[in-house]
Amino acid sequence: MTSKLNLDFSIVEKARHSARVIAEDTQTFIDRHTTVAVERTVVRLLGVDGIDEIERPLPNVVVDNIKKGGGLAEGAAFWMGNAMVHLGKGAQEIAEGISRNEIDLTTLPVQASEKIEAIIEAEAEKTVARIKANREQREHFIRTVGEGPKPYLYVIVATGNIYEDVLQAQAAARQGADIIAVIRTTAQSLLDYVPYGATTEGFGGTYATQENFRIMRTALDEVGTEVGRYIRLCNYCSGLCMPEIAAMGAIERLDVMLNDALYGILFRDINMQRTLVDQYFSRIINGFAGIIINTGEDNYLTTSDAIEEAHTVLASQFINEQFALLAGLPEEQMGLGHAFEMSPDIEDGFLLELSQAQMTREIFPKAPLKYMPPTKFMTGNIFKGHLQDALFNVVSIMTNQGLQLLGMPTEAIHTPLLQDRALSIENAKYIFNNLRHFGDEIEFKKDGMIQMRAQSVLKEAADLLGEIEHIGIMATIEQGKFADVTRKMDGGKGLDGVTQKGSRYFNPFISMMLGGK
Amino acid sequence: MNGLDLTRVKPYGDTMNDGMMQFSFTLPIPCNEESKEAAKQLLIKMGIEEPQVVSAQDLGVGYTFFIMYGKCAHTIDYTQIEVPKVDSDVMDKYQVEAFIEEHIKRDVVIVGACTGTDAHTVGIDAIMNMKGYDGHYGLERYHGIKAYNLGAQVPNEDLVAKAIELGADAIIVSQIVTQKDVHIPNMTELIELLESEGIREKIIVCAGGPRISYELAKELGYDAGFGTGTYAEDVASFIVQALAKK
Repeated sequence: MTSKLNLDFSIVEKARHSARVIAEDTQTFIDRHTTVAVERTVVRLLGVDGIDEIERPLPNVVVDNIKKGGGLAEGAAFWMGNAMVHLGKGAQEIAEGISRNEIDLTTLPVQASEKIEAIIEAEAEKTVARIKANREQREHFIRTVGEGPKPYLYVIVATGNIYEDVLQAQAAARQGADIIAVIRTTAQSLLDYVPYGATTEGFGGTYATQENFRIMRTALDEVGTEVGRYIRLCNYCSGLCMPEIAAMGAIERLDVMLNDALYGILFRDINMQRTLVDQYFSRIINGFAGIIINTGEDNYLTTSDAIEEAHTVLASQFINEQFALLAGLPEEQMGLGHAFEMSPDIEDGFLLELSQAQMTREIFPKAPLKYMPPTKFMTGNIFKGHLQDALFNVVSIMTNQGLQLLGMPTEAIHTPLLQDRALSIENAKYIFNNLRHFGDEIEFKKDGMIQMRAQSVLKEAADLLGEIEHIGIMATIEQGKFADVTRKMDGGKGLDGVTQKGSRYFNPFISMMLGGK
Repeated sequence: MNGLDLTRVKPYGDTMNDGMMQFSFTLPIPCNEESKEAAKQLLIKMGIEEPQVVSAQDLGVGYTFFIMYGKCAHTIDYTQIEVPKVDSDVMDKYQVEAFIEEHIKRDVVIVGACTGTDAHTVGIDAIMNMKGYDGHYGLERYHGIKAYNLGAQVPNEDLVAKAIELGADAIIVSQIVTQKDVHIPNMTELIELLESEGIREKIIVCAGGPRISYELAKELGYDAGFGTGTYAEDVASFIVQALAKK
């Protein structure tokens, strides 16, 4: 590929190598540990679902039972398999038995390990086959019905009521949207369980539950068939239940998941050990399920300056890329995030945004980049906001972005009204159509402002990665190098759910899904 | 003169007192002649004369988006308007620093957070973080102010505990995205907690956010409220002057 920016690809290679070392270094820590969320995910993938009489999700009931018995280090697969062999019951039946205090997993006599592994493998294979079938169904839909051109138009719905969300989502699909993200209710990321059933009450969003996933999936397949485009469904695989949400999404055929290795640490104050271990298993599942992940680098720029801190976005993208590769997630599924967040008052700001978007494109050529709209400098002047979003759309079509999260003129006022979304879709469709091949027709002036900007951001990112390579990712976060946010190794939420793996630990899904097809 | 009467003010389009207004809204009915007529009748009920539908667009689910113009029949007496406001002087960063040195003679401790379910730190960051917003430095950069930004989704209990631990002179609360008016009970809860701890009178408490007004904040028991367009110096000026009066 010829670089429009005259980038020095030896610097790209150096940066990528540093990120690789950083990720591998962290992976040795990840491989030694598990978390309550990872184990609840294993329980879900073994087919356990439902709640007890006080509405505790059964996966929590099971893992709490194991934790209370001091058996978390052996993992849920070991204890569930042990119970299945000993009692001759299925996983769901055992979970229900625990909820009625009839079974206590860690007090059952320990069975032969070959038997435990065999019974778990057989159970695991069923879920893995189902997820694989979902992936094939998606591919079949796209082959036979079709899909929209990139950049995919990505909009959010956030009514709090899944049935109202369905109406808004179907309207958006008919207006031209390709991806519907159902924003989660505020603070769901901090719940250490996944709520159950269809929900109609939420603040600023709708609970991510398996039933809500199912309702929206059905609605989008229906409208997708009608409009002749596969409509992708997006949710949030982040917070304290990161891998559980991944499992639910894989089972209900979601297509896109917000899934960042560092976001929860920086922006939700979730303990870094917890998040790093959780992100690994969640990405293995997302990778296997054919789900495009979105990383959250755009958020850095909502707290830090988009010009001064551009290199931290690029550095984080390199790190996210390497973590994803280690989890078997291919480049084609990496929706690396960045954003159009410079102050509109900056002279030539558009040139700088264009430069950075093109730079990201060239450095990650196969990734369906997720481009986020202006938010920080949206003012309530909806007319000016509509123009800011228009410039954002121009950059995107010129630089071939993958997933265009549409800006709303009413950003900074309220979650989008039906008409706000329609206006934004109209804006993007107009610009994408009118400028479709503009990017192919132009080159940038040698050593001009656009080229120089990208070269300097790349160099700074490579230097930062070199530094992180020496001190490690955890120390880097402790020093506040990303998004100006400082987090401690033992601080934040969820640390008590992290434990070292014991000698009998096994997780059958890792080997079945990692890099598997 | 030009026909402007401050006791009878009307919207201005291109001629004084033409009453011209712009509307955009959605009706949950299909796009047809009947729905256009319905939209016009709605505007007439709102006191709008000569309503015109300039655009009507089907939104895909049998709902219609209207853009309309019309002339407002109502007038407002501007001379009778009274709005409660923060009554302290606004000083710049250096004046605030000098004020602290002269009148308070010690560090002012300010604890801030975006509380309750709200996950949006943009407001509290703009006021507190070193960098500030739009060229206005945040409180962390002020000499004589010790600023602690606790971030987002902070429970009121934690905020109060931290304020006690740090011996805070002031608490500032940000509420940005507040669906279904959840900010009202949340803001009320903070005041109740401070009262039950017996420290409400010792601490200056302010709130800020796009849907916060001075009037609302006062009503909920705060010392002041700040809306959009507020910078760190506005908040700092109020706090140091209120503190000096204590």
